[in-house]
Amino acid sequence: MSLGVSNITLAGRLQEVSLQCRRGMVTAICGPNGAGKSSLLSCMAGLLRPDTGDVLLGGRPLSNVSVAQKAQWIGYLPQAPEVAWDVSVEVLVSLGRLPWRNAPAKEARKAIDDAIAAMDLEDLRHRPVSRLSGGERARVLMARLLATQPGWLLADEPFASLDLAHAAALMRRFRQQAKAGRGVVLVLHDLATAMNHADQVLVLRKGRVEAEGPPEIALAGKVIHRVWNCPARWLGEPGERALSLGLATPFLVDVSRGSV
Amino acid sequence: MNPRLLLLLFLGLAVALPLSLLAGRVWIDPLSPATQNAATILFHLRLPRAVLALGIGAGLGAAGAAMQGFLRNPLADPGLFGIAPGAALGAVLSFWTGYAAAPWLLPLFALAGACGAMTLLGLIAGRSGGIALFTLAGLMVSSLAGALVSLAISLSPTPFAMSEIVTWLMGSLADRSWRDVGISIPFIMLGIGVLAFAGRSLDALTLGETAARSLGVEPLKLQVLMVAGIGLTVGAGVAVAGIIGFVGLMVPHLVRPFTDHRPSSLIVPSALAGALLLIISDSLCRILPLTGGELRLGIGLSLLGAPFFLHLLLKMRRELV
Repeated sequence: MSLGVSNITLAGRLQEVSLQCRRGMVTAICGPNGAGKSSLLSCMAGLLRPDTGDVLLGGRPLSNVSVAQKAQWIGYLPQAPEVAWDVSVEVLVSLGRLPWRNAPAKEARKAIDDAIAAMDLEDLRHRPVSRLSGGERARVLMARLLATQPGWLLADEPFASLDLAHAAALMRRFRQQAKAGRGVVLVLHDLATAMNHADQVLVLRKGRVEAEGPPEIALAGKVIHRVWNCPARWLGEPGERALSLGLATPFLVDVSRGSV
Repeated sequence: MNPRLLLLLFLGLAVALPLSLLAGRVWIDPLSPATQNAATILFHLRLPRAVLALGIGAGLGAAGAAMQGFLRNPLADPGLFGIAPGAALGAVLSFWTGYAAAPWLLPLFALAGACGAMTLLGLIAGRSGGIALFTLAGLMVSSLAGALVSLAISLSPTPFAMSEIVTWLMGSLADRSWRDVGISIPFIMLGIGVLAFAGRSLDALTLGETAARSLGVEPLKLQVLMVAGIGLTVGAGVAVAGIIGFVGLMVPHLVRPFTDHRPSSLIVPSALAGALLLIISDSLCRILPLTGGELRLGIGLSLLGAPFFLHLLLKMRRELV
């Protein structure tokens, strides 16, 4: 099932934005602060309803899809996710099964075990969340997302609180999920990550689409200059790109595949 | 749910209930049936009182657990956050207007008061409000209801009504009858059922409101369930026993370490532990050698609960440092 938005407008935040995402691909949504990236992702997750235009899941308007079905199909990881109670890793991952209330217990067990295995959390299974490091916590939250077994993984700046190595490792896991046939949509601040790891990039500014397409085109130096108002030049080979910003001394932002 | 915990709580109740029936100003010795009026005391005084203690304790325990889960705030308590004072306001209004004479109107007024306070709390703090905002809003609702209760008392038509309201407000299970059981227990049971039904949605809230919505939780529906469930359990309890505070705060805290910390796995054990706490403390109040009548249950539990709350605050402060 495809996921896309067609001509959606959200007062003050998005203006006639269209985007078509496909499964098996990583789509990155980029843009300066206040561009409407999170609003767009929330619309795609069915958490915000656009004033006009449609969010389409498998060609069907999302507003016609039942709450339960939406939850089964679209997994959403909010920015700065919170965990209110000090549950164990296993219990936290099992929360991902909530959209499948009526599924057999055996099926739920398998989904939870698979998600824990996919994120290499076997050893941490019974550890309370309060005793995890930042990187481990990010993996647990991703496992919670996978336990739902959704067709789509939507994440809002999933690398915001992670160091370079953990961010790269988590990005690799998102790529694996795309390879396994899921659709992945990420809001990304780090343009080098988007350049090196996304298949498709949408650039927003002030709620409007500024560029769209393969990263080499959507994130070309002149687009960055125009949208972020900062002269920039890509260095290195495709897949290992680093961004050189037009500051007095070259400033490198680099998350390359080599470090994964 | 932890089966060993449930078994332990049931065992505790199985021991506490018969003991509480025998204890009191008149001790009943089951082995020598010579006590005068033993059957009357048991059936008309002690049994309804014990049933009320079990029911109200269960309701307050479950309401506390659900409220803490809903607000994601380990300090939430129906008494502290204004729900019980709201119910008291409703009940006092029914005394004041003379409606309390009709048996079904008192609990209905109290239910309306509790639901009103819960709705007001939701409106002020919103569902995504932080712990501080909710706590402050709760204190505000609580003091508003308290002030209105005081106003109703000071304007009360007769000194008799005034003293009746004041004694009732202190919270007690003394001299309650089967009639009181009839007008409260069905509502409380219904309320606990509603709260248990909402358990899975409360679990989802562990991840925050946005993530919970993405997992298929409908916030408005959940809020209605919470208002109804907490309103029913707390409102019906307050209607017959007055304000009994701190049970909803203490019980979930004592039970939580023995569960997997999910709100849903806390509700039923908290109900059982609340029943146990109330039946034990009510029996203790009854047998405490106090001149001039027995210690009021509401006062006794507040004397126990306030230091407990302080202990929690100090613990949280240590964890924050």
